[in-house]
Amino acid sequence: MPKIRYIEPNGMERDVDVPVGWSVMEGAVKNLVPGIDADCGGACACATCHVYVEPEWLDKIPPKQDMEETMLDFAQDVKPNSRLSCQIQVTAELDGMVIRTPKEQH
Amino acid sequence: MSQRIVIVGAGQAGAQAVATLRAEGFTGDITMIGDEPFPPYQRPPLSKAYLMGTLERARLFLKPETFYRESGCDLVLGTSVRSIDRKSKVVELGDGRTLPYDLLLLATGTRVRRIRCPGADLPGVHYLRGIEDVDGLNAVFHPGRRLCVVGGGYIGLEVAAVAVKHGLDVTVFEALDRVMARAVSQPVSAFFDHVHRAAGVKLLLNTGVEAFEGSGKLEAVRAAGTIYPADIALVGIGVIPNMELAREAGLPCEDGIVVDQNCRTADPAIFAAGDCTWHIGREGACLRLESVENAIDQAKHAAYAMVGTPRIYSEVPWFWSDQYDLKLQIAGLARRTDQIVLRGDAAQRKFAAFHLRNGAVAAVESVNAASEYLVGRKLIAGGARVDAAKLADASVPMKSIG
Repeated sequence: MPKIRYIEPNGMERDVDVPVGWSVMEGAVKNLVPGIDADCGGACACATCHVYVEPEWLDKIPPKQDMEETMLDFAQDVKPNSRLSCQIQVTAELDGMVIRTPKEQH
Repeated sequence: MSQRIVIVGAGQAGAQAVATLRAEGFTGDITMIGDEPFPPYQRPPLSKAYLMGTLERARLFLKPETFYRESGCDLVLGTSVRSIDRKSKVVELGDGRTLPYDLLLLATGTRVRRIRCPGADLPGVHYLRGIEDVDGLNAVFHPGRRLCVVGGGYIGLEVAAVAVKHGLDVTVFEALDRVMARAVSQPVSAFFDHVHRAAGVKLLLNTGVEAFEGSGKLEAVRAAGTIYPADIALVGIGVIPNMELAREAGLPCEDGIVVDQNCRTADPAIFAAGDCTWHIGREGACLRLESVENAIDQAKHAAYAMVGTPRIYSEVPWFWSDQYDLKLQIAGLARRTDQIVLRGDAAQRKFAAFHLRNGAVAAVESVNAASEYLVGRKLIAGGARVDAAKLADASVPMKSIG
């Protein structure tokens, strides 16, 4: 099972096994990684699962769709490596990916 | 601080309350009682990805089992609550056990409204509220089957969209003159009406179902005097708040359990949150909401008040629905509004309807139009008057408006 590393703003790191096909958001929420609310449960409807993908992993994940791009546009502290974690599906190739959670979601 | 909190209802609100109570520093005992055999799970995907088969059951659960263990929350599942003894501060469970509480949260949600007509109990007539309902529906959800959907609301249309994609022959019966009449405005109804028909759904408006017919199992639906052969019926005609427990305990109820702006009932030791509450909306009128947002936010507010730091609940409500490749997002409530501003082009499957009251945005309904939705939410919360001409002009970026 691919391992995803989640790093909180305070530097706390967690390596989590996330099943292939699950989203990066689910990997966090189901393993009690704090900082990701995901109120809508992954429907790309709330923009409360904003994360930063470590730059070297960015080209390994599919690009943002329109809806995600727009939702992100309204998130806090958006950076070039910002993504909505509910829209990133975990694949075997993403084993070892590093994700940073933001200070807040709104 | 109180020591024992009992939560009745293991749904979205119940799970949120546990998380917020602990985040706010509550260190006493928490017990959550649910009548379904499952820990809290998401209901929205039930009529979408879970029915479609693209989301397995394990992914529905809101929190892992470890969350409840680590939160020191005792989960009592598959168990109903029979009564509340407010004087002794005890709840009596369906199995006869009693549980004392210092503070009680009623997060009892809703149950489906059952249709009353001949044949309503025939095997083959389904409802959709919980995991087991969908598992039952899935067992018969095969390509070529004739599905009659009773009710053209969110549930009925979401199921119709999944069904038609899955190769079923779908007919939707709606008693009113347009689909989703309770939830969306006329232009949005008209759009979804068109989309469903174009996808191959037979949509019958102004058509109430009179009977389900069949010997031993469903074989047909009778509506407006016509017989429609059917293998499966799915009834989605709304829900009823679970408030009997509160009412029998003497707590005031309207179309829901009456709570104040801190989610407290008439009894200072009893709170309520989510679909089951009759609460004061941010515009002053009392209402009951059926939404994930309201369940989450009211549960948070109940928890704040329970730990002694109450905050006023006045969130902008939001809702969503997924049908086909369309994401419908709604913020605010289009009530007592006096102007509709349309933006974008329904033919392009990307548009929004803003509902204004005295020149300020009171609600927005958007289809595949996230900026309109998100800026709309901000505009509703801000309450300022907007330039309707700018709002209607899709070449003016939403960001410059909000």
